[in-house]
Amino acid sequence: MSLAAGYMKKGLGIHMMQNKETTMKGVFFLTGKDFANAGAASCELKTILEKMQIEQSAIRRAAIAAFEAEMNIIIYTPAGMMKYSITPDYVKVVFQDMGHGIEDIELAMTEGYSTAPDYIREMGFGSGMGLPNIKKNTDEMKISSAPGAGTTLEFIIKFKQERDNENIRDC
Amino acid sequence: MKISEIVEGLSLEVKSANVNLEKEVTGGYVSDLLSDVIANCKEGNIWITLQTHQNIIAVATLRELSGIILVNGKAPDADTIKKANEESIPLMASSLPAFEIVGRLYNLGIRCR
Amino acid sequence: MSLTLAEIKVILNANVLTSKFDANTVIGMAYSADLMSDVLSFSQTDSLLITGLVDKTVVRTAHVANIKAIVFARGKVPNKDTVALADEKNIPLMITNFSKYESCGRLYEKGLRNSYDAK
Repeated sequence: MSLAAGYMKKGLGIHMMQNKETTMKGVFFLTGKDFANAGAASCELKTILEKMQIEQSAIRRAAIAAFEAEMNIIIYTPAGMMKYSITPDYVKVVFQDMGHGIEDIELAMTEGYSTAPDYIREMGFGSGMGLPNIKKNTDEMKISSAPGAGTTLEFIIKFKQERDNENIRDC
Repeated sequence: MKISEIVEGLSLEVKSANVNLEKEVTGGYVSDLLSDVIANCKEGNIWITLQTHQNIIAVATLRELSGIILVNGKAPDADTIKKANEESIPLMASSLPAFEIVGRLYNLGIRCR
Repeated sequence: MSLTLAEIKVILNANVLTSKFDANTVIGMAYSADLMSDVLSFSQTDSLLITGLVDKTVVRTAHVANIKAIVFARGKVPNKDTVALADEKNIPLMITNFSKYESCGRLYEKGLRNSYDAK
C-alpha cells in the first residue's frame, strides 16, 4: 500500500508528523472480534505518548480511555477506526465504527449496564464499565450514535501545562 | 465458621433480607468469571465477586454456595437482591477490594482447598 | 509491607514464564481481578495482578494500567504469544497451582496489601 508523502506505516497504525515534533497524527484500523490484537492500538498510542515525553498521568488516562473505546469496537462492531492527534497541549482521539449504533446513550453510560453476551463476559470483558471509565479519565468526551448508523466517540486529554493555563485564566 | 460470624468479623453489609445467616462456610472462592465458579468452587463456599447481575444468584444456587460477598462497594441490582431473597442466598457487600476481603477471610481460617 | 518477586515466587510456589524476571523487583500492592475494566480502575505502578485469565489482552491491559507483574492462578498456562508479548512489554509472568483465593490469602498473610494505608 503506498502512502502519501509524510506518512509512515509503523506497528499497527499509520502515522504522520506535522510541524516537526509539535503535532503528531495517526490512524489505526480495528477489526471486530479480533481478540488476538485487542488493545494493541491503545498500547501503541501509549508508547507514542511516552516517546513524546508527555506527563505520566495524562498518558495513563489516555491509554485507559483509548483501551476501553478500542475494546468496545472489537467486541460490539464489525470494524472501526481510531484516529489520534497529539499537540503540545492535548491528545485527541476519535473512534468511528460500523456497528449498529447505541440505542440509548444515557443508559449505555450507566455503570454496570452491558449488552455483552455470555461468551464475552467469560473473556473478562463486558462489565459495563467502558463508557463510564472513558468519561472518568478524559477532560472532554463526545459521543454520537444512531441505530443502524454506527457510533462516533471522541475525547480529549489535556496536558498539565494546558490545564494549569486554564486554571490561571479562570481565576 | 458461620456466615453471621463472617459478617461481623469483616463488617459486611447484608443486602438480602430474611435469609438464614447461620449457614456453615466450607471455604472461599474468588472469581468474576461465572464458568470458572461453576466448574471449580465447592458446596458451601463463600464466593467473592464484583459481578452484580442476577446470574450470580443462579450460580450460587446451582453450586449450593453459602453466600456471596460483593466487593469494591458494588451495589447489587434490585433483581439480584430479589432473587437472593427468593433463593435464600445470603448476599453481602463491602467497600473493600477482593484482595483485602480474601486476606481477611484467610486470617479467619477460611481456605480454598 | 512490600515483597520482592523472589519472595512472592516462594510464597506461591510459582514458576516464572517470561525470560525477563528481576527477582529483586519490589511489589508494594496486589490486586485480584478477572475483568479488564476492573484492572484498569486500579493502577499503582508497583502492583501485582493476580488473575485467572491468561490471554494476551490481560498483558495489554496490565501494560495500559502500569502493572508491574502478573500471577496466573490455578496453573492456567498462557500461550507462547502471550509470554512473548509480556517479555516485550517488560511484565514478568508467573504461574501458580494455588487458586486465586489461596494466592491472595498467602500473600496477605505475608504482609502484602491492596493499598499503602492498609495495615
